[in-house]
Amino acid sequence: MAPMVLAYIVSIAVALGLCGLLVQVTGGSATKVLSAMLDGSIRDAGAWGLTISTATPLLIVAIGTIVQGKAGMSNIGQEGQFLIGAGGAAFVATRMNAPGFVIITTSLLVGAVAAGIWALLPAIFKFTRKVPEVMSTLLMLFIADQLAQYALTKRWFLASRSTDSRVNNGETLKAGAHMPTFEVFGNAISWSAVIAIVLTIAVGLMLARTTTGFRIRMLGLNERTARRAGVSAALIGGGALVFSGVAAGLAGGIYLTSDIGPGRFTAGISSNLGWQGLLVALLARQRAALAIPMAFVFAALRTGSGYLAATGVDRQIADVVQAMLVLALLVPPAIQAYQEQRRGGAA
Amino acid sequence: MIAAGGAIWDVLTTDSTYSSTMRFSTLLALAAIGEWIAERAGTMNISVEGMILTGAFTAALGSHWTGNVWLGLLLGILGGLGVASIQANMAHRFGTNQFVVGLTLNVLAIGLTAFLDAQISPQVTATGTLGIPILKDIPLIGTALFDQSWIQYFLYPLIPLAWWAMYRTRWGLELRCVGENPQAGDVTGIDVNKRRRQSVYVCGMFAGLAGAYLTLGQTGTFGADGVSGRGFLALAAVIFGGWALKGAIGGALLFGAFQAAGSVFQALGYKANPQLLLSMPYVMALATMLVLATRSRKPAALARPFVRGLA
Repeated sequence: MAPMVLAYIVSIAVALGLCGLLVQVTGGSATKVLSAMLDGSIRDAGAWGLTISTATPLLIVAIGTIVQGKAGMSNIGQEGQFLIGAGGAAFVATRMNAPGFVIITTSLLVGAVAAGIWALLPAIFKFTRKVPEVMSTLLMLFIADQLAQYALTKRWFLASRSTDSRVNNGETLKAGAHMPTFEVFGNAISWSAVIAIVLTIAVGLMLARTTTGFRIRMLGLNERTARRAGVSAALIGGGALVFSGVAAGLAGGIYLTSDIGPGRFTAGISSNLGWQGLLVALLARQRAALAIPMAFVFAALRTGSGYLAATGVDRQIADVVQAMLVLALLVPPAIQAYQEQRRGGAA
Repeated sequence: MIAAGGAIWDVLTTDSTYSSTMRFSTLLALAAIGEWIAERAGTMNISVEGMILTGAFTAALGSHWTGNVWLGLLLGILGGLGVASIQANMAHRFGTNQFVVGLTLNVLAIGLTAFLDAQISPQVTATGTLGIPILKDIPLIGTALFDQSWIQYFLYPLIPLAWWAMYRTRWGLELRCVGENPQAGDVTGIDVNKRRRQSVYVCGMFAGLAGAYLTLGQTGTFGADGVSGRGFLALAAVIFGGWALKGAIGGALLFGAFQAAGSVFQALGYKANPQLLLSMPYVMALATMLVLATRSRKPAALARPFVRGLA
């Protein structure tokens, strides 16, 4: 175990070192970048509250991704499911007249259900027509994109009803339709962070301790055995796929109603949160508990990159760091597996 | 009904329909050939998007540094190959999940090209157009096919060449074999993962060429927006084409037409729903998979990693 931990440390150090080198070579200062990122994500007043609020949608997407990954499914359309969830939530939130609590709950539910239905289609395609879910979820992501664009051209759908502006934007959310926050040491933290943590614990327990969780894991480890043991691949696997869609949709709704989002539906509202949530799940290596710190790290890179303008280094460096981190965590197990394969012959 | 028919007739008889279609289709077709080769050998190569993007950027870099279009083109191909070498070795040497690697590479390519573009802002020398005498005067399609950047002309010989390599050489047979039945290939002495790595390298070079075409032959500047999603569109074209080369090329032409159609309809004074047009390729690729599922023309071992001894 110890050499493995060392391998991870070395690999992450190399990845971060390469990113630093990249900044230096292109005329920036790596230490300034690091310092600005830390200011933006943790050190400045209210910064870590912002980072936690940003981590929330990432964590929720990741939790759903972990469940379907455990079941052996490969949904990669979270970005689209997120968009559908945000759109569904916006449709309700901008139309309802009710106390804020009721609006928020209803719109989050509607968004989650809409995304769940969106993810149900690939599940149906897979179990009736054997269409690989990895392709169908990917293709549906782009259809979701166009659907969102279309929705923003129609007033009866999601386009803003109050202005005559030509820019296709969604109706701005009412003040009461925003997720409330609570304050910890001057950091405003969204209540959705609590939802995310509770969801993570619930899913972790469900996977580890319940019959359903056992069935999900069995299906992912060996489909044939699972079928013999009476696990319905369509029900459990499809259910896991739908659950990941629901989670991504919930994340979309939460981002829409949060104070860190644009405050209205836009075509670009998902802003890679779906993809990044998927990466968080990959980094956490399908462990729910690990997803929490990973989501925080990714969120810190997001919030920290907002502070980079002053250093003269382009904020896209945050994307590079994220991808390099994922690659770095893929390398040690890959090399280990390769060595075992060479040594043992048969895997 | 008659009005719609008239609109379509007008669009079909306009030169610019075909030239704007080719502006999209050339890139898609180049990338689709590469993706087709990779998929026939068993890799669902979703990092083709990152390969095109990287190729587009390194081509801009090459042009910026040397001022020479040929060197730009070469560097574009090498850029695609660079991404491919990570994809190929991680997935088919170290046994990492190919989608995980592909996804990560796409994120890396988006971040890295945007970052470097902002830091360096390369100046690109574009190719301009090169008209082929006589052929370019063919009505309707002459301009689209024979009065374009010379990079587009690479596409024409590459299509039969790819077909010949896949169906008439031993190497191609082995590639198709490791995509259909890697266990059988392994028994006959083919190094399965080596062939798969090679197929990804080839895909990377095609995608890099597609990216270089975009930068050097078309826009004359590097722009990530020009790529966004085209790699996935090329992937959809391969699926839509039922994993046959002519199908993939047909898909690329059709999807290019969908991308061009919106602006052509508008230019002629007709209304068309752009979102519907732009989502059609993905809907059609999905529909193809739903219909073809039972006929199963998909390479049998597509996206299945090969580990010796595991059936």
